Amino acid sequence: MSNSSAAVSRAASSIAVEVEKVSKIYPGGVEALNDMTIQFPKGELTSLLGPSGCGKTTLLKIIAGLLPATSGRVTVNGVEVTGPGEERAFVFQDFALMPWATVLRNAAFGLELRGVAKSERHAIAEKYIEAVGLKGCEKLYPHELSGGMRQRVGLARALAVDAEVLLMDEPFSAVDEQTRRKFQEDLLDVIKHEGKTFIFVTHSIEEAVYVSHSIALLLPRPSRVSEIIRPDIDRDISPDAIRRDPVYLDIVERIWKGLRTYVE
Amino acid sequence: MRSLFTHSLTLRVLSFAIVFGIWEYLGRVPISPAFPTFLETMSALGSMIADGSMAAVYPATFQPLLIGLVISSILGIACGVFMGLNHKAEWFGAPVFIVLQSAPLAALIPLLTFAYGIGLTSKIITVCIMSVPVIVLNAYTAVRHTPVSMIEMGESYLGSRRQIIMKIIIPSASPVIYAGLRLGAAMGFIGAILAELLITPTGIGDLITYNQSIAEYEKMYAAIFSIMVFAVIFIEILERTEYLFFRPDKRVTQ
Repeated sequence: MSNSSAAVSRAASSIAVEVEKVSKIYPGGVEALNDMTIQFPKGELTSLLGPSGCGKTTLLKIIAGLLPATSGRVTVNGVEVTGPGEERAFVFQDFALMPWATVLRNAAFGLELRGVAKSERHAIAEKYIEAVGLKGCEKLYPHELSGGMRQRVGLARALAVDAEVLLMDEPFSAVDEQTRRKFQEDLLDVIKHEGKTFIFVTHSIEEAVYVSHSIALLLPRPSRVSEIIRPDIDRDISPDAIRRDPVYLDIVERIWKGLRTYVE
Repeated sequence: MRSLFTHSLTLRVLSFAIVFGIWEYLGRVPISPAFPTFLETMSALGSMIADGSMAAVYPATFQPLLIGLVISSILGIACGVFMGLNHKAEWFGAPVFIVLQSAPLAALIPLLTFAYGIGLTSKIITVCIMSVPVIVLNAYTAVRHTPVSMIEMGESYLGSRRQIIMKIIIPSASPVIYAGLRLGAAMGFIGAILAELLITPTGIGDLITYNQSIAEYEKMYAAIFSIMVFAVIFIEILERTEYLFFRPDKRVTQ
């Protein structure tokens, strides 16, 4: 008896975010999600991958508490989501940086909203600005940065509030290909060192396979989780070696075969 | 060398020089005996500044103008921001201001005189009804167009409604709010002169009408020119305050 309850609690404690039978119908009748159930393990990066229209961004915003679900429930560490919370932080596709604020203020903005004193929040923000590779840019404004650097500020802002769960909505889609690759490599480092749970929306198969512990393949009409894939790649080898790894290439190929029928 | 020609200051001076040059040329043609040249106007301006007649009239013009602009700015921004944040206020308020903006306000001035007499109140109200609509409509549009992701960012990082308004919506709207303020200030200047021409001849309006009636056209144009200079300086100061308080990023060259 005691054994089984311990097993249950261990199973529960290894799940950070749980989505149960969530449906979302937008005003006007567009059905974005239909009875979706999926779990996100703690300390791992899970990608939501799928063609456009499969509801992956909608699902992420429901988990973030930015959109209410029409039915079903989302729990984070066993607590039901009713709105945004301090255990979750969001990284936006269009960066959502304030153009009138410096890199430092932008990175510290989550803490500013929480009422953390200026010197303290600046010290924390500086640490994460350095961690994302932007040391020396603290006094610059977003328009003085490249797209990739802006998203690094977005990431620093999310890390600075020390949330357990990071929700990333196609964070690299507005960034050029070279910067994107570098960013993906740096993200692997962040995942290794921060020990946080990442939920990562992307439409790039290579990106998903490269950065994820597991990939939830979402299919549209009706939206559903068609498959969960765990790329069994040794991430201690060099980034170039990963990209040439036959396991990596096989998984990319397999996902593409599954998705190609949905792409016109 | 090339950068000297395309420098913003060079271009501004060039722009003024062309306009004044055309003015001088047209005055010399002459297109009308009532149209003095630029240089005649400037020398009249110089003599009016020197003999103190300019300084004597300005307080009378600035009093209703400044009071009117302060009232319009506070009222206009408050109404506009509220309408931008609240749909019911928008539906209630927007039609009124849209009608006001396109109404021939000069035609309302006799009505104002009838209700409030020929004193300061009527002049202040004239300034306000000229400048408020454009300030309100700009502030409202600006607030309504705050990027959605920026508001979502504020919400996801647990900002209160008040914090989101003060720290995100207002700074994000400030360029367009300020554009409205600049347009409103320009309209306010027109309103102040209109009030002086149509209600009672005081201040700079008096200087214009008086010099027109005695055919001192250089002085009349000098008075008009001086009010335009003040309007430009005032609008420039407004722009500087925006950069100072809301948008420090704009001081950094793009």
